[in-house]
Amino acid sequence: MTRTLLRVEDLKVDFHVPGGVVHAVRGVSFRIRPGSTVALVGESGSGKSVAAQSILRILPRSAEITGGRILFDDGSGAVDIAGLKADGKTMRDLRGGRISIIFQEPMTSLSPLHTIGDQVGEAVRLHQRVTANQARALAEDMLRRVRFPDPKRALDTYPFELSGGLRQRAMIAMALVCRPALLIADEPTTALDVTIQAQILKLIKDLQADFGMAVLLITHDLGVVANVAEEVVVMHRGRVMEAGTREDIFGDPRHPYLKALLRAVPRFHMAPGERLVPIRSITSEGGSLLEKDHQPWPPGAASAGPLLAVEGVSKRYGARKAGWFGAKASAGTLAVDDVSFTIAQGECVGLVGESGCGKTTLSKILMRALTPDAGAVRFNDHGQILDVLGLQGEELTRFRRKVQFVFQDPFGSLNPRMTVFDIIAEPLVIHRIGDEAERAERVKELMGLVGLDARHVRRYPHSFSGGQRQRIGIARALALRPELLLLDEPVSALDVSIQAQVLNLLKDLKERLGLTYLFVSHNLAVVDYMADRILVMCRGRIVETAPREALFRNPVHPYTRALLDAVPDPDPSCPLALTDLEEGHASDPARWPAPFTIDADHEPHLVDLGGGHCVRADASVRVREMA
Amino acid sequence: MLGYVIRRILIMIPTLLAISVITFVIIQLPPGDYLTTLVTEMQSRGESLDQGRLAMLRETYGLDRPMYEQYLVWVTGMLRGDFGYSFEYNMPVADVVGDRLLLTAILSGSTIVFIWAVSFPIGIYSATHQYSLGDYTLTFLGFLGLATPNFLLALVLLYFANVWFGTSIGGLMDPHYLGQPWSWGKAMSVLEHLWIPVMVIGTSGTAAMIRRLRANLLDELHKPYVVTARAKGLPPAKALVKYPLRVALNPFISDIGNLLPQIVSGAAVVSVVMSLPTTGPMLLQALRSQDMYLAGSFLMFLAILTVVGVFLSDLALAALDPRIRLGGGASR
Repeated sequence: MTRTLLRVEDLKVDFHVPGGVVHAVRGVSFRIRPGSTVALVGESGSGKSVAAQSILRILPRSAEITGGRILFDDGSGAVDIAGLKADGKTMRDLRGGRISIIFQEPMTSLSPLHTIGDQVGEAVRLHQRVTANQARALAEDMLRRVRFPDPKRALDTYPFELSGGLRQRAMIAMALVCRPALLIADEPTTALDVTIQAQILKLIKDLQADFGMAVLLITHDLGVVANVAEEVVVMHRGRVMEAGTREDIFGDPRHPYLKALLRAVPRFHMAPGERLVPIRSITSEGGSLLEKDHQPWPPGAASAGPLLAVEGVSKRYGARKAGWFGAKASAGTLAVDDVSFTIAQGECVGLVGESGCGKTTLSKILMRALTPDAGAVRFNDHGQILDVLGLQGEELTRFRRKVQFVFQDPFGSLNPRMTVFDIIAEPLVIHRIGDEAERAERVKELMGLVGLDARHVRRYPHSFSGGQRQRIGIARALALRPELLLLDEPVSALDVSIQAQVLNLLKDLKERLGLTYLFVSHNLAVVDYMADRILVMCRGRIVETAPREALFRNPVHPYTRALLDAVPDPDPSCPLALTDLEEGHASDPARWPAPFTIDADHEPHLVDLGGGHCVRADASVRVREMA
Repeated sequence: MLGYVIRRILIMIPTLLAISVITFVIIQLPPGDYLTTLVTEMQSRGESLDQGRLAMLRETYGLDRPMYEQYLVWVTGMLRGDFGYSFEYNMPVADVVGDRLLLTAILSGSTIVFIWAVSFPIGIYSATHQYSLGDYTLTFLGFLGLATPNFLLALVLLYFANVWFGTSIGGLMDPHYLGQPWSWGKAMSVLEHLWIPVMVIGTSGTAAMIRRLRANLLDELHKPYVVTARAKGLPPAKALVKYPLRVALNPFISDIGNLLPQIVSGAAVVSVVMSLPTTGPMLLQALRSQDMYLAGSFLMFLAILTVVGVFLSDLALAALDPRIRLGGGASR
């Protein structure tokens, strides 16, 4: 117990960038005992990934270790990694052999052109004297250990043929095939769905116990930390803010930064009306022009129907099948299957589901970016009902002012060649609202409204951070003063601290401008914080819908329960029930227990449990008793 | 896969038919025909051709018939391997072109090898040593190569080759081998002359290829899978060749289809300047004098090269990239 596997002492890393030197890591020290799990926590830009890359000496060429030591002791004497040649023989033998790494993005971290077997086997052949066949056998064995359903076949598959979860398993197999003493996991589950995340975390834990290796977990997700780490190191701006055991860190946080970080994360069981406290708060100001635009519904308008009513909407994506001349549509996949719901005026409806469940397709149908194969969408415009799917020409253009969209990716959704002014003013130009002077006035107000400095309107998107860009996206969506805002995963690409900022902003704007939201997310804690009513979607179907409290207090559908179980809570006293998670069966409708099973013989419909709580189950069974 | 290949080959048939129609119409578009060109030419020399003989010539060559009939004669002839009759040379087209095609093929083949052999090492060096002195120097030379007109380079190289090595000016071989059967001496003479046109024609292609390889490779070098390869403990050179270089190759392979016809036709100006016995100058002359069967056959030859080249590069892409091979059935 006395040996320290890895000791980082006063590590300093600089980046040489055009225009100067950035001190990414400024004196970081921590240690890892054999077999233990240490979590390195911090926001993006805190230097945690740079510290991890220094241990493997795979820093980008512009980075340089300027000070400190990295002592790695594998039982045969300590080696100072910081003093080795980055691509020298000693370092190459350590890399992948004794220390391995897995990355955040399982798609791009695997070569698209080589089979899984090739890539996993290569790691073996680099570090052990084995023949190609032996390497293949070892790779197959490793794939079995990371629970590939068919390891032999998987050897010859390419990464793009696998799901995100399986790709990350392949990545783990590649990292562990040489039985390293230390595994560095750099945000291993950030890109994955919650249920897959829980499976991967459990897998890493199991393998850690099997192989007796240490894990350095790098993450910004305090929920993950609370569930798997033994010791926690909190980093901020290249320095260690606080370090200690998990119990100390969560039970008795000392440093103000850590306290702030903990307050910024949405959790279940938050007190009613409790607000998240962002680390850097923003003030939203102005808004008189937008408030003036707002026309309240005339009396009696509400009796015409809800703001948005969706009835039996289906959308099938045709799989391309090669025909003699070009492509022919074939059966394809049903992305949205007979979905019906309503959104009342002033409500925030949360739409939850894993990736691929059809939630983005659905939201794009609502804004007429995609045309469904069947169904109807009705919009209540101040008492006048519009058939959204039938709108054409001028009417459609007018409808576009009522519904706006905020995208997930704050980097891809803003044109890098337009200034912020042009981006926010573009909707006004398209809809011919106001003259030059009025548009300038409005853009200024919108900037203030989302807490950005109006003097920065002449800048280009690249000079803003992710959170700021997302706020620019929100300002653009608000420019037309819409009634309904479709928010497609608006915070999933953001850090926790920024996430709280944007969530609070959205909450305030909804209050002040009387907006209605459809909030699409895979993160239940976020939806819990935002939504009044929640729709749970799986494989294109809505399986459960309920007011927020009812859903969290009493989830009925097995899929909803699995989703809730899989969310890691940033509180070590309620750990994930990792053992309960079946391997990927939670999202397979044919495997749900009766009366929820959906297969060729069973086609259950939504059953009302009372109080607005509906669940998709066989009506013949008394579901109410289960509730 | 087999179905795909058959389908592609079948699609080539209507494509080539359409090209043949367009080619034929374009050749016929300028007013007059070969005989009118001939008459004007003779008149300018003060000679004349009597009307009876002109009419007879017109009839023998079928020039008095409607255009679609002339087209049908041409196309059906080509299917039988008869490419028609060159008015200017008074020989069947196949005989006129024959020897030149071989030399063209030798020249084009060598040029492609030259382009790849030079641009690959330089492109890789430039990408892996981005913004280094070597990168800047090579980039500068590359731009110089792109910017220098081919014919100018041709003249300069011809001069120095003659002064320094005593190589005869122009042509692809020493004059006394012209028209002789192939021999060891003739082959050596061709080799001695070949390097100048190869360099001249290849320079701009090389420069362009260096730029593209550098850009492609730079895109790939910063992808996470390269870091993964390093993190496995792969030596840098091996990691470079196995992963990013392989991915960066795709654009090159898809370019083969364009490369073939470009080198055959694009070298025309250089060939004229250096009086190379290749097909380029002949095509130019045939088009100017409206020698329609010769010109038409040439253009069809280029079209077939393009279509077959694109087909081959598609097959090579599918063989190299599993995403293309296996991803066809996936939907978005």
